[in-house]
Amino acid sequence: MQITFVQPYPAIQQEDRVKYQPSNKGEHLTHSLPEPDEDKPGSGTVGKPFLDDPRITCRHVNVYYGVKHAILDVSLDIGRNEVIAMIGPSGCGKSTFIRCLNRMNDTIDGCRIEGEIKLDGTDIYAKNVDVVPLRAQIGMVFQKPNPFPKSIFDNVAYGPKIHGLAGNRAELEEIVETSLKKAGLWEEVKDRLNQSGTGLSGGQQQRLCIARTIAVGPEVILMDEPCSALDPIATAKIEELMGELRQQYSIVIVTHSMQQAARVSQRTAYFHMGDLIEVGLTPQVFTMPRHQLTQDYITGRFG
Amino acid sequence: MNKSSVKTIDIVQKGLKRRYRVERRFRRLGLAAIAASLIFLMLLFVSILGNGYSAIWQTHMRLDVYFDPQVFKDVVVSSADYGRLVKGALRSVFPDVSGRGELRKLSAMVSSGAAFQLREMVMEDRGLIGRQSTLWVPADDDVDMFFKGRLGPESGRLTEDQLSWIDHLKERKMIRKQFNRAFFTAGDSREPELSGIRGALYGSFFTLLITLAISFPLGVGTAVYLQEFAPRNRWTDLIEVNINNLAAVPSIVFGLLGLALFLNVFGVPRSAPLAGGLVLTLMTLPTIVIAGRAALQAVPPSIREAALGVGASRMQTVLHHVLPLALPGMLTGTIIGMARALGESAPLLMIGMVAFIVDIPHGFQDPSTVLPVQIYLWADSPERAFVERTSAATMVLLAFLVIMNGLAVWLRRKFERRW
Repeated sequence: MQITFVQPYPAIQQEDRVKYQPSNKGEHLTHSLPEPDEDKPGSGTVGKPFLDDPRITCRHVNVYYGVKHAILDVSLDIGRNEVIAMIGPSGCGKSTFIRCLNRMNDTIDGCRIEGEIKLDGTDIYAKNVDVVPLRAQIGMVFQKPNPFPKSIFDNVAYGPKIHGLAGNRAELEEIVETSLKKAGLWEEVKDRLNQSGTGLSGGQQQRLCIARTIAVGPEVILMDEPCSALDPIATAKIEELMGELRQQYSIVIVTHSMQQAARVSQRTAYFHMGDLIEVGLTPQVFTMPRHQLTQDYITGRFG
Repeated sequence: MNKSSVKTIDIVQKGLKRRYRVERRFRRLGLAAIAASLIFLMLLFVSILGNGYSAIWQTHMRLDVYFDPQVFKDVVVSSADYGRLVKGALRSVFPDVSGRGELRKLSAMVSSGAAFQLREMVMEDRGLIGRQSTLWVPADDDVDMFFKGRLGPESGRLTEDQLSWIDHLKERKMIRKQFNRAFFTAGDSREPELSGIRGALYGSFFTLLITLAISFPLGVGTAVYLQEFAPRNRWTDLIEVNINNLAAVPSIVFGLLGLALFLNVFGVPRSAPLAGGLVLTLMTLPTIVIAGRAALQAVPPSIREAALGVGASRMQTVLHHVLPLALPGMLTGTIIGMARALGESAPLLMIGMVAFIVDIPHGFQDPSTVLPVQIYLWADSPERAFVERTSAATMVLLAFLVIMNGLAVWLRRKFERRW
């Protein structure tokens, strides 16, 4: 299997605001990196967090766990048909941030969210917003594969069933089949759809979870370290899958693997201690980071 | 000494012996504790079994009863003097016994239940009147005890004459031990040979049915609400503390509450399984709620996240995914709670289920008693023959408890899931 370096989506490529830096690399990296203002957390984002035609816009998002300030004033856009990678050291708030995007943090006691997150222009934290359709629109794949302890078929069919997406059994079967095909699992499981989803291997389980997510027909898929529990072969399969899914969905992926971020994403956001430090096109962030912390992280000086 | 010459391994070796000694000592103490508890358990079982096994049999006597038409003259069949028939049959075996006192002693050797047995036979088939019939009737409890060897001839319960009559019956093979059907088919009785556990079993069954029907849905609902839906605040904390405390309240207090509330305020019939079931519900509820919450807590949060992640509502998440996974644990807790309720007697004493009830209950409002209370009642009776029945009823109760706990273990094994 070949993993190609995915090119940025044309719409973003045309964007004038995000550019590669000129070639005076070494000097730029060592001397002129702007330091964030220590007194004003959250104000230090460098790069280009905003897009012209965003899918999701986040403005001044703050998250608190009780008294702990977990996300500090993050503003970021997520574009259409792009894979955006969130990188950063453990505990920096990447997962917390993407869990805000489909309001999964609602289930955590003592979690408070401030700021504004809009999906296609509507504030998802508005009072009248129902989380059920929201989560149908913004699907999520978790770090640990978590199939339901039910059959493979029921795993994938569960979302369409509760949302009433299929009128009859035949339609449901079709949804299950196409979802499993999209997730690249169909060939492996088509003969044993009635077996338990928990009996699959780790990589298969994670692809089953992806199939379960896309069976609902979401517009955005959030992936919280989807490959951290998988071996390299399963990881490669899922990365390949993300490249295909990008044609239809926006994907936000949290990852600890910088190679993975470089392979699959068009844009990369670097988080540090709850702060969004730098956002930019992936090749630019990895080759010419503009912030000292980003550079330290990607060169392996910490994290 | 050069300190650096002491190697780590030498220090470790020095301490090793002591470490192993401590370990061995601990293991021996543990084994001793297990052995002690097993011995006590064995003692309990041996004493109950030793006392109770003989209740499976009941001494019966063979009587050749002549259904004398004279007895049925001028009376309705149901109220004829059947005792006279029994006496007549006995007298024909021992024609040389005479005198009022002697004759009374003779007829006292047969249970008063014999007359009822004859009456039933005649009620069923009037054609018996005027004919002779051979049948086995239960012996009196003292004869039964003597015949089973549980009562020595020196006890004074039986006179010299009676002992010789028993020998005579033995010679003629007119006395023998039979399977004690009455023990399993009859209700309570003042006569040990006529008493059985069926009434108490039915009472226990109806009571537990009420308890299960109310406490399971209520307990599961409470557990699900508290664990999955309730906000964490001072009120839910207070409720939680109270539920935990409720589990530790002495059961007789629930009996008092039942007496004051269910009987006096709501007018639930006294001594009825309905009242008993309600009281035991109060007692079982905290157990089920606590077990249910523990079972819900044991469901990995990843399952909840997965369901919420595809857009299931909280209710759907709980009903479709969390509850099915927690149900085996909940059932286990429920069965253990029900087993506790089955063995409970104290609260039921307060609401009148300790009454002497001969009739077998056939509904939730009939006066009845339960197994443990029946055991208590029998243990309190002076008749020697109730000792073995007490132990036998205890065996039945223990058997039910073992079955219920076994069921709980089996359920847990069968539905245990690994993630």
